[in-house]
Amino acid sequence: MFNYNFRWNQALSSLPQMLEGALVTMEIAILSMAIGIGVAILLTLFRLSGNRILSAIATTWVEIARNTPALFQIYMVHFGLGGFGVHLSPYLSLLIGIAFNNAGYLTENFRGALKAIPDTQTRAARSLGMTPIQAFQNVIMPQMLRISFLPMTNQMVWAILMTSLGAVVAMNTDLYGVTSDLNARSFRTFELFAIAAVIFYVITKVITISARLLAARLFRY
Amino acid sequence: MIEIENVHKSFGNLKVLKGIDLTVAKGEVLTVIGGSGSGKSTLLTCINGLEPIDSGRILVDGIEVHAKSTDLNKLRQKIGIVFQQWNAFPHLTVLENVMLAQVKVLKRSKAQAEAEAAKQLNHVGLGDKLKVYPSRLSGGQQQRMAIARALAMSPDYMLFDEVTSALDPQLVGEVLDTLRMLASEGMTMICVTHEMKFAREVSDRVAFFHQGIMAEIAAPEQLFDAPKDPELQKFLAATH
Repeated sequence: MFNYNFRWNQALSSLPQMLEGALVTMEIAILSMAIGIGVAILLTLFRLSGNRILSAIATTWVEIARNTPALFQIYMVHFGLGGFGVHLSPYLSLLIGIAFNNAGYLTENFRGALKAIPDTQTRAARSLGMTPIQAFQNVIMPQMLRISFLPMTNQMVWAILMTSLGAVVAMNTDLYGVTSDLNARSFRTFELFAIAAVIFYVITKVITISARLLAARLFRY
Repeated sequence: MIEIENVHKSFGNLKVLKGIDLTVAKGEVLTVIGGSGSGKSTLLTCINGLEPIDSGRILVDGIEVHAKSTDLNKLRQKIGIVFQQWNAFPHLTVLENVMLAQVKVLKRSKAQAEAEAAKQLNHVGLGDKLKVYPSRLSGGQQQRMAIARALAMSPDYMLFDEVTSALDPQLVGEVLDTLRMLASEGMTMICVTHEMKFAREVSDRVAFFHQGIMAEIAAPEQLFDAPKDPELQKFLAATH
């Protein structure tokens, strides 16, 4: 027991590869957030449309995204769609899977944010001659995004951490994938994953701190 | 000209308007008084089509408000409305609040919209507040901003729905002064109000609403000094 020899230098020599993996992880998280926010706005409009079918699509999306494991969602994109002959690369499967999850959670966040905005805001915008879409775009949406800014930051952190679920679709260029491959070759398990954990930690900290700074700049009212 | 012909309106089983006939001429200042639930505010939201009506019709410059073919967004550009709750857009500065609909709805250039917004804000006495956010304004200032926002659309008619009711008493005066100024400039206005002194001063005619019916309409001296309708007599006695 406890005869494990730490070889930090050996593990640290892999740092450049791991940092490259970290870049891929950040890229996936950022893209999946951008897609997620776009889709969540669309789903929110579906819910507000009053159209039953559109509203049902939004509700189904939110229910699945929030009530099934993110791992299943990614797995389904890769192997589930594969069954129908749609073969996506591990990168795309992971990106779409996380974006799907993000969209579901963000739609729910937006719903909460909308509750905090008085109906009379829409009425005021409409009475100035704005169409429902103009009122949403110029009056409601900016307030909605502001109210849900911190929950969005949380989702961004979650997106970073979810990239490690790429393991189930054989993703090997992100931070987890790179670390896992290095481990398979060197068996410096503790050192490698400890370093990867620190990198994950630093990334998520940078995100939360810069989001706070950004919020202070963006929302001066 | 605003022509209201035999308008009925209900919310579920509750009949709010029971056959209103009323014509407001260009340049006229009409105030509407009455107890709460009398239907006076509902009438305003029907005039600019925010609320549908059950029967009858409302014509604004000959255009039927509730006809299917009517472009309400276009019609609303003619009719400014200011509510009891001023609804400043909190994420925009005072200047941007007044610019937004000009740019999006009237398709004015930013420069044009900004010039018009500054002009209207100066007009209501907020010339020194252009760059601040509404949260920094008092209720009275926010309400004047809402008035400027409506005026910037160059409306032919202005509807005021109890615009002083949500204000602290000491802020009522500044908003009423703004309304007085507009009236003296010849704006066609319908003001729903509880301010009797104001109604008497600025109105060409005053209408008294009671339980969905326009019980009496007359010049202010006549309506206040020699009310005929018994409900109006009671109402005036209670408000003095």
